[in-house]
Amino acid sequence: MTIAPEKKDATGNSNKMLFAMVGIGLMCALLIVLTYEGTKPIIAKNKAAALEQAIFKVLPGTATTAGYVWTGEAFAPLDDTGADGKRIYAGFSESGELTGFALPATGQGYAGDIRVLYGYDPAQEALVGFYVLESKETPGLGDKIEKDAAFLANFEALSVALNADGSALKEEVQYAKSGEKENPWEIDGITGATISSRAVTEALSASTAEWVPKIYQTKDQFQPQSQSHE
Amino acid sequence: MNKPTDKPGFFAALEDSPSADTFLRGLWKDNPVFVQVLGMCPVLAVTNTAENALAMGLATAFVLLMSNVLVSSLRQFIPKQVRIASYILIIATFVTITDYAIQAISVELHKSLGAFISLIVVNCLILSRAEAFASKNKIGQSVLDALGMGVGFTFALLCLGVVREVLGNGSIFGLALFPDTFQEWIVMVLPAGGFFTLAIWLLLFNILKQKRATT
Amino acid sequence: MKEESLWYIFINASLINNFVLAYFLGICPFLGVSGKLETASKMGAAVTFVMLISSVCAYGINAFLIAIGAPFLQLISFIVVIASTVQLVEMFVRKMSPALFRALGIFLPLITTNCAILGLALFQTQKGYGFVESLVYALGAGAGFTLALVLIAGLRERLDFAEVPSVVKGTALTLLIAGILSLSFMGFAGLGG
Repeated sequence: MTIAPEKKDATGNSNKMLFAMVGIGLMCALLIVLTYEGTKPIIAKNKAAALEQAIFKVLPGTATTAGYVWTGEAFAPLDDTGADGKRIYAGFSESGELTGFALPATGQGYAGDIRVLYGYDPAQEALVGFYVLESKETPGLGDKIEKDAAFLANFEALSVALNADGSALKEEVQYAKSGEKENPWEIDGITGATISSRAVTEALSASTAEWVPKIYQTKDQFQPQSQSHE
Repeated sequence: MNKPTDKPGFFAALEDSPSADTFLRGLWKDNPVFVQVLGMCPVLAVTNTAENALAMGLATAFVLLMSNVLVSSLRQFIPKQVRIASYILIIATFVTITDYAIQAISVELHKSLGAFISLIVVNCLILSRAEAFASKNKIGQSVLDALGMGVGFTFALLCLGVVREVLGNGSIFGLALFPDTFQEWIVMVLPAGGFFTLAIWLLLFNILKQKRATT
Repeated sequence: MKEESLWYIFINASLINNFVLAYFLGICPFLGVSGKLETASKMGAAVTFVMLISSVCAYGINAFLIAIGAPFLQLISFIVVIASTVQLVEMFVRKMSPALFRALGIFLPLITTNCAILGLALFQTQKGYGFVESLVYALGAGAGFTLALVLIAGLRERLDFAEVPSVVKGTALTLLIAGILSLSFMGFAGLGG
């Protein structure tokens, strides 16, 4: 069995190699750090702007927004040293009235995660808006969840009413086959995009079941504030 | 020595110039995609729309340019044994920079291109140019080489991107081309379409090459 | 986010979202090494092995980088680890089986630039997989890569005996076959629920 001869470098060569690698490594690290720090504020601003645009889409009539984070017991205003809990965004009209809450939700679609933002109006006890933030679903098939008019119509007034003591939803959001929707808490699916539309339904169902009761109970605490959010 | 050519004087002079040759090689004779068959992953993955193709091409060209410049500047200082590792480090740095730059320019674009921006680092094209050219030539020449290869690569990406978007979406750079009655060939924007489109372009290229060889 | 079962992760990576046929990763070795069935299967095994190691390392590196607050060094760290792993595998193969080493030739060191491996590290980090999930994902990705490679190699070996127009031979033909395979793999959608 042949063993390849070991390449033996003289000490001088080894030093030169080390010096070169370390030198290049340091220079590269410096370049990266500079770029990172330089672009961080711009990227944060872009993301905040994109999120705000999405919130306007799911909560019609909104003029200003305010972010909140779930601390485990209550919703606290979102600030830069924010806790790690669930984030929601309250929307207020020009006159300072609450238009509703925007919540992100994620579901497992056909080609990966589907991230959506939905709008909940406690006054109507219903979902009033829906917007797909991120999706890799198949164009022409799964991406109908973004474009199909009949599917999007589901979210003009999707009922998420609470039960008598307000501790949970009366009826959880459920999936119905395309054209077979009978109740206001059902989502009419899309033929040919079953997996994607089911994924959205399950994401919304889980999210609303968990958060709508909590939000409804504390809905009066939310006031318009001037604050930044991300 | 003037080559017998029916091109006007300017172009004839251009052909004889070594610098021009360095630049033009990447466009046609040594086109990274159609001739060298390098960097295929992004060619198939990010060409579902013309805009993605263009952005990817420009991003790759940028990394190629910066990497060639740096490798060429440092070529005296990089010992032979660690050269590949050094090139990879340099390329990875510029890819990271490009990634953040794209995020700062457009969150939407960054989402469309996704992980493939980071994957520019393993685009065999860039490493190959660093090893085959930039490490052995002056900065000026390396810049021309990078530009030529970058443009050639972007051109190839656009060939695919435009075809796939026109047939698969009825639009070009987002502008609708056909009336609503156009039935899109969805397969074109699916992975399979990427394979097919590239295969057909290569086919055409081969036919052209064969014709040239026999005339 | 719904918890993904390990079985689903495996099926997803190997069939539903096959790294080569759906994500377009690993195309270079795919086009280069898929001429012979034997070389293809061994390449697949080598890649799977490197994927498993890289997956573990990527998980560790990512945790470390987040802890020290330097997420921007992710790409550089990943690529350095992958390059080193490939170097180790190369030395290992050279000692254990010189014949295989010769057969794989330039493609062994080229595993470093195999986008599938870096892609795996990036995807698993993006999806936030835990340690075991990452391993299963790597196993699935490697299996899927090997499967695609072996299928194409088998088809190409058969086509060597067919009369194919000279303009189509080679890369163009492989791409056409790959396209058809990609279409057929779409049939796996919905597998695993």
